[in-house]
Amino acid sequence: MPSRTLYDKLWDSHLVTQRDDGSALIYIDRHLLHEVTSPQAFEGLALAEREPWRLSSNLATVDHNVPTENQSAGVSAIDDPTSRLQIETLDQNCESFNVTQFKMGDPRAGIVHVIGPEQGATLPGMTVVCGDSHTATHGAFGALAHGIGTSEVEHVLATQCLVAKKMKNMRVTVTGPLGFGVTAKDVILATIAQIGTAGGTGCAIEFAGEGIQSLSIEGRMTVCNMAIEAGARVGLVAVDEKTIEYVEGRPFAPRGEDWVRATEAWADLVSDLDAGFDYEIHVDGTLIEPQVSWGTNPEMVTGISGHVPDPQLDDDPIRRGAIERALKYMGLEPNQPIGSIHLDRVFIGSCTNSRIEDLREAARIVDGKRVADSVIQAMVVPGSGLVKEQAEEEGLDIVFREAGFEWRDPGCSMCLAMNADRLGPGEHCASTSNRNFEGRQGAGGRSHLVSPAMAAAAAIAGHFVDVREWL
Amino acid sequence: MQKFIKETGLVAPLDRSNIDTDQIIPKQYLKSIKRTGFGVSLFDDWRYLDPGEPGMDHSARRLNPEFVLNNKKFVGATILLARDNFGCGSSREHAPWAILEYGFKVVIAPSFADIFFNNSFKNGLLPVVLSESEVDTLFELATGETAVEVSVDLQTQQITGPKSFTASFDIDAFRRTCLLEGLDEIGLSLKDTDAIRAYETRRAIEAPWLFRE
Repeated sequence: MPSRTLYDKLWDSHLVTQRDDGSALIYIDRHLLHEVTSPQAFEGLALAEREPWRLSSNLATVDHNVPTENQSAGVSAIDDPTSRLQIETLDQNCESFNVTQFKMGDPRAGIVHVIGPEQGATLPGMTVVCGDSHTATHGAFGALAHGIGTSEVEHVLATQCLVAKKMKNMRVTVTGPLGFGVTAKDVILATIAQIGTAGGTGCAIEFAGEGIQSLSIEGRMTVCNMAIEAGARVGLVAVDEKTIEYVEGRPFAPRGEDWVRATEAWADLVSDLDAGFDYEIHVDGTLIEPQVSWGTNPEMVTGISGHVPDPQLDDDPIRRGAIERALKYMGLEPNQPIGSIHLDRVFIGSCTNSRIEDLREAARIVDGKRVADSVIQAMVVPGSGLVKEQAEEEGLDIVFREAGFEWRDPGCSMCLAMNADRLGPGEHCASTSNRNFEGRQGAGGRSHLVSPAMAAAAAIAGHFVDVREWL
Repeated sequence: MQKFIKETGLVAPLDRSNIDTDQIIPKQYLKSIKRTGFGVSLFDDWRYLDPGEPGMDHSARRLNPEFVLNNKKFVGATILLARDNFGCGSSREHAPWAILEYGFKVVIAPSFADIFFNNSFKNGLLPVVLSESEVDTLFELATGETAVEVSVDLQTQQITGPKSFTASFDIDAFRRTCLLEGLDEIGLSLKDTDAIRAYETRRAIEAPWLFRE
């Protein structure tokens, strides 16, 4: 067999049928569902009198729309009637179609991209889809994972397959070692700044190199999570010992003889040494410093020692216009030092950065300090009920609360501000989330994407600081 | 799905790159459990001067006079023209739903984000990729004194417009057929039921851990 990339192998092992017109049917092993992109799909299924093809493939939870306060009071206590109805609709759909769901308040519930791996519902070598673009997260396990729309949610429910066309292979090699105090978030932000928001369009990106291998599994999830912010639906990391170690013993993970066979098969989930990629990108990981976004898309990023760019220095008129518009929206001046940006709110959470290691990283910075008086609100939103429990066992909640942070219940929260957690117009937020689009975190809000450590330090200082000086 | 064969209509030029799905339809409207009701909130943050919430009377809101779709000459436009990486961001299918419900049948741009591109076809919205220079030309034509009409023909894969503008576009054969015939993709895939079952049988021997209940 000719040499293949990891993506080629995953594609080949899930190919059901190749059609004459160039499209293919790809088999889906794991389908994750949530309340926002599924109701119309379930409705379509019911209208066509179709049944889910393979129930055990599906796992649902509520995350986008749930309140992050007082979840124990139950769904009926949700103030917003449209939010409540959407959550109740998922509950009803899961009940009537018999889909396994972790409901609001269940400790296993949380952000869909946190709970999949946490439960071992995401396994190496699987195909994983979900009606959410950050499904690329699961590629950290050597799984072929990507976001889909609602029509495809219905398609997967009905057929266990997707109509697909093979993507191109891109490899982003991050050399190492990474500098002291540099995190997975900094690696992916610097990568997007280098290749752009459409740099990976049409591609499955395999992240490789010492800068990636040295990351923990949770760090790799952070990297793959934001592949979509570089335009790629799929992010991937090859399987290694860390992957296997992370998966072992989780509730949905294989056991006994299955485990032995699975781990044997997973050893092959790496690109062959001489496999060819359509695009090769090199990122010098040794030069990456803590990153901060200054603009309104995730390529508008610079290092903490950097400045807001001067649009006058950009020759390209479309880019110049985009920078000017971004600076106006963000209320920033050309050439302003990044360290001079003051924050009104700080958000630590989201499918990018709400896992236990993220919370530990932030807690380490805030331990014994106080949130600056000028910061209106600093909040920590754990990615799942289990992450929350673990953090509380370690006393992290006390560290955060004593520093002046709010300690919330799990959910997507201020990453997209569908629930009550949001920015006010004009407010600057240091956010560990993934998108700094206009209005993303609340109409008129100004988001700055950073790592958990950088967000924590910004909360204490009231403006951006180089967290490496605090370590 | 709605068929798409040919569309002739006015072009609305939205001169921005990286238009993300949060701009196309903001998150507060995603709380709906329906497929309809999004058109009035298309580009909500740009289109209106006051903040919007689901369920409100949008006709009573203040329009932003500087936003291109509020310009009278583009009323009734069915072809949306934009720059690079249109539809980037989230996978929300509410984005093509909102665009279609507003009245657009076609979006023309030099490039699209993958998920938005894919979602459009499932709903009978045609995303057309043209070269940078063709898009530049269309912007020049569309931003003149009066609005211009353009024809997009999926059968011939040709676009024609004023001042003898012509351009051809590529489209994947499967997607083209689905649009032209308005096919139900699920029904089509279910014709491969035997192949799906055969795959499952084969795969369950190879990787039994994937098929435990």
